[in-house]
Amino acid sequence: MIKDITIGQYFPGNSFIHKLDARTKLILVFAGLILIFLCRNFYALALMTAFAVGSVLLSRIPFGTIMKGFKTIFIIIVFSALLQIFYNHNGTILFEWKKIQITTGGVNTAIFISVRIICLIFISSLLTYTTSPTLLTDGIERLLKPLKIFHIEPHTLAMMMTIALRFIPTLIEEVDHIMAAQKARGADMETGSVVKRAKALIPVLVPLFVNSFRRAYDLAYAMECRCYRGGSGRTRMRVMKFTYRDYIAFVICALLLAGIILFNIFFEAVV
Amino acid sequence: MNENMIELKDVWFSYAGDDEGQKLPPVIKGVTLDIKKGEFLAILGHNGSGKSTLTRLCNAMSVPDKGKVFVEGMDTADETLEYEIRSKVGVVMQNPDNQIVATIVEEDVAFGPENLGVAPQEIRARVDDALKRVGMYEYRGHEPHKLSGGQKQRVAIAGVVAMRTDCIILDEPTAMLDPIGRQEVMHTILELNQKLGITVVLITHYMNEAVLADRVAVMDNGSIILTGTPQEVFQKDDILRSVGLDTTQSAKLAAKLAAKGIRLPGSALTPADFIAAFKNYSGDHQ
Repeated sequence: MIKDITIGQYFPGNSFIHKLDARTKLILVFAGLILIFLCRNFYALALMTAFAVGSVLLSRIPFGTIMKGFKTIFIIIVFSALLQIFYNHNGTILFEWKKIQITTGGVNTAIFISVRIICLIFISSLLTYTTSPTLLTDGIERLLKPLKIFHIEPHTLAMMMTIALRFIPTLIEEVDHIMAAQKARGADMETGSVVKRAKALIPVLVPLFVNSFRRAYDLAYAMECRCYRGGSGRTRMRVMKFTYRDYIAFVICALLLAGIILFNIFFEAVV
Repeated sequence: MNENMIELKDVWFSYAGDDEGQKLPPVIKGVTLDIKKGEFLAILGHNGSGKSTLTRLCNAMSVPDKGKVFVEGMDTADETLEYEIRSKVGVVMQNPDNQIVATIVEEDVAFGPENLGVAPQEIRARVDDALKRVGMYEYRGHEPHKLSGGQKQRVAIAGVVAMRTDCIILDEPTAMLDPIGRQEVMHTILELNQKLGITVVLITHYMNEAVLADRVAVMDNGSIILTGTPQEVFQKDDILRSVGLDTTQSAKLAAKLAAKGIRLPGSALTPADFIAAFKNYSGDHQ
């Protein structure tokens, strides 16, 4: 049940995108998200969509996998599209009945926003799908180095993220075990009102918390045994290096930015 | 040149209580023990006999109240030597899930050397070597939570091997494993001791694991009551039984046979020994 979560999962592979440096991917995904909001008309958006779809194809991750991530977000897409259709009254009227008025402006914005959200998901999910959690945290640690000026230790943040990611599957397994144990003693978690079911979760959460503290104590001990003493004097096995691939990716994104700016200038804005 | 890896000299230790300055009753009461370089020592004792506390004393996680602990001549009470000591003595704990830090096997093995500040290429070489030693090289890219208990424990051992420690203390490493996992781990431990010459201290309450050691120390209620070769220790089964321990199954069977007048020649501590002795015996009467 909980094991089916795909968001934030990593799919090992050997594609161009997989081989990009984690820092490159982090920067470019961030840039990509901004670019999506820079698009002012359908031509620019089409270019952006082509880029997003192209990236997915390049990563060789099946579309079906990415679509799975849509299930929950689909409601948001439909909701925001409907909101635009019924409440945006710009442009010529296409349909009118009593108080309901559908205009070209509304339909255009609805399509625009839906495509935008889809692009957002494509690009952001590619980041976690193609980058191993360790590389991702490594990348974040290195990109956040400037924070040291504010006395924030990026290594500590990265280590916290690594441990959190490491223990998600362990804790999920533990929840399953505790639930099974409570069910064996006659606990009822599936029937009754929402309040009743929420209350039924308390006997699951309490042992989970207690065990988490015990695990934390053990892990801290194990880390100290292995000579951990924070980020200072620590080396890394993986050396991060920009290769020709990263430069290619940066150039492509620069071209994309130029393309979107050009389209924005030459064609009329829709939104 | 010091022959001893770890020396405990009349060590006393008690944990601090919840209140300020309060001390709980001592858990270690005057332990004196020398652990020689390259030996395989098993420490036997039932729960609460102070076995795990002994581990903490040996890697400077705890400092004795009275007495001294020396690791390769370094005093554990000297805080400046703390990391030096921990880079000599590695620890593997009971629960494999709670000692793996990273999300990928090889990243976890690299954790120790990374902390020691080893150069990246050197870490790579050490990690590959350590994973091959424990037979987990094919799993280097796997996620730890998808491995079996025995495999996780071998990854934890590899993490210590990659630190190139001189000594490895295993605190009931097989307690949470199934028989196959237990066998895998024991096989790995024996290989490290014999092929790499790493000093091994195995804390356990399984007799058939202790039998494989060069020397056995039996702990009860915070002190060491017996030391010697497995042969010597397991002969004193009345003392063992008085502290809640027992001898091995095959030795028990041999004792029962002896009671019926069938005296097997030689030792029968392990099933293999028993079978050999049994074959010799039936040979005599043909």
